[in-house]
Amino acid sequence: MDSLSVIINALPYILGGTFVTVGAVGAALAMGLCLGVPFAVAQVYGPPLLRRLVALYVWFFRGIPILVLLFLFYGFFLSIGLPVNPFVISCLVMGCTSTAYQSQIFRGAIQSLPSGQLKAGRALGMRDGQTIRFIILPQALRLSIPGWANEFSILLKDSAVCYVLGTQEIMARTAAIAARTHEHLALYATAGVIYFVLTLIVLKLLQKLEEKVRVPGYGTHGSAALKGA
Amino acid sequence: MAQQDIVLDIRNISKNLGGKDILKDCSLKVARGELKVLIGPSGAGKSTLLQCINCLIPPDSGEIILEGTKLNPENTRELCAFRARVGMIFQDFNLFDHLTAIDNVSIALRKVRGMNAKDARDRAMEELGRVGLANRYLLYPAQLSGGQKQRVAIARALAMDPTVILLDEPTSALDPELVGEVLAVIRDLAQNGMTMVMATHQMDFARALANEILFMQNGVIIEQGTPQALLAEGAETRTRDFFTKLLSDGE
Repeated sequence: MDSLSVIINALPYILGGTFVTVGAVGAALAMGLCLGVPFAVAQVYGPPLLRRLVALYVWFFRGIPILVLLFLFYGFFLSIGLPVNPFVISCLVMGCTSTAYQSQIFRGAIQSLPSGQLKAGRALGMRDGQTIRFIILPQALRLSIPGWANEFSILLKDSAVCYVLGTQEIMARTAAIAARTHEHLALYATAGVIYFVLTLIVLKLLQKLEEKVRVPGYGTHGSAALKGA
Repeated sequence: MAQQDIVLDIRNISKNLGGKDILKDCSLKVARGELKVLIGPSGAGKSTLLQCINCLIPPDSGEIILEGTKLNPENTRELCAFRARVGMIFQDFNLFDHLTAIDNVSIALRKVRGMNAKDARDRAMEELGRVGLANRYLLYPAQLSGGQKQRVAIARALAMDPTVILLDEPTSALDPELVGEVLAVIRDLAQNGMTMVMATHQMDFARALANEILFMQNGVIIEQGTPQALLAEGAETRTRDFFTKLLSDGE
């Protein structure tokens, strides 16, 4: 069999893995978003103990490679008698890691806002929770999009290591066929192209989102500002 | 003058930051419809005093009494209700950068006053009209000039029907040619009987409109009196010295 027909035969199977990859990365990013925002808020505005707890969490999950965490979680699930579903563990590990990274993206964005925004909200009689929700976060999340796009592209590619647990994603399926057919170059090139295209599509979408939610007249650094000048 | 209607009664406010006394035993009483002007060199504590009044900077000691009710700043609900009644105008505007002019004015009406969206918008349009910006209501802060931003900020404070407005050097961040439009709005408020405490370096404005001038230095209110008394020809006051110095520096 020549390389091309191997690829054509393998493609449906590998593309099937794309759904697994997208599912796991999507779940992990969603988890990171849902937890990362409150973590960031807690780390900026929370009481000292809570801040320290969040910092500790971030410390832990930024400090250990995903590969190590995968085995760690696997072993932990085994030891307490939980069912070891590779997909679930992959989502969980990437979700916990992404929560740590995303919380720092949001924290940086929150802290980059002028302190006057919070003051103005308070001066109008808003509770801090309201000011954070209606004033701080809408601005901080806009500023977070470029950093978040980075986090997405890193996580998508890091998800390849989840194959070590047997998660049937792009990498695992490619490796399985490569082992059988020995068409390593062609098959891994195919996998690379799939990752590349996925990244490209989502980054383009995020760029569109960034433009769509940009506040008119605000933060026009770079080409937009130069055109105006 | 015996039985004045005292709106805001500030008693013995002190504030220490980093081992330095920023405010020492500052007291002031503001009667309804009065404009009190705080003047003094930068670093005197004017801004800190104003921000202590609505606890944006919590004072270390002292009492804040609004219309006879003493504020307990520990009680969040009470503090928020108090702040909703005390308007604040900042030197650097502090408009909400992601919101249009009208949303800047209406957001607190909805979130604090619980107004529905339509009523809040109507009210916001009314206030924007009052500061002469009805036709700019859909612009974002970054699309407005400094003077327009400060007028939106004033509209935002007015929309809450404040009992008293605190103005922290409202024209200091403005280009000279934009100062007039903001002062004109504040002058209207003063003439319509709004109760205000204002820190400013606009001495002509203070002389013309203040009921009383308070001169601050090193965290202490060292002189207090009507502009006529403090600025009279030959009056040996710090206020007059400062006034003369500002005039000679400014020209």
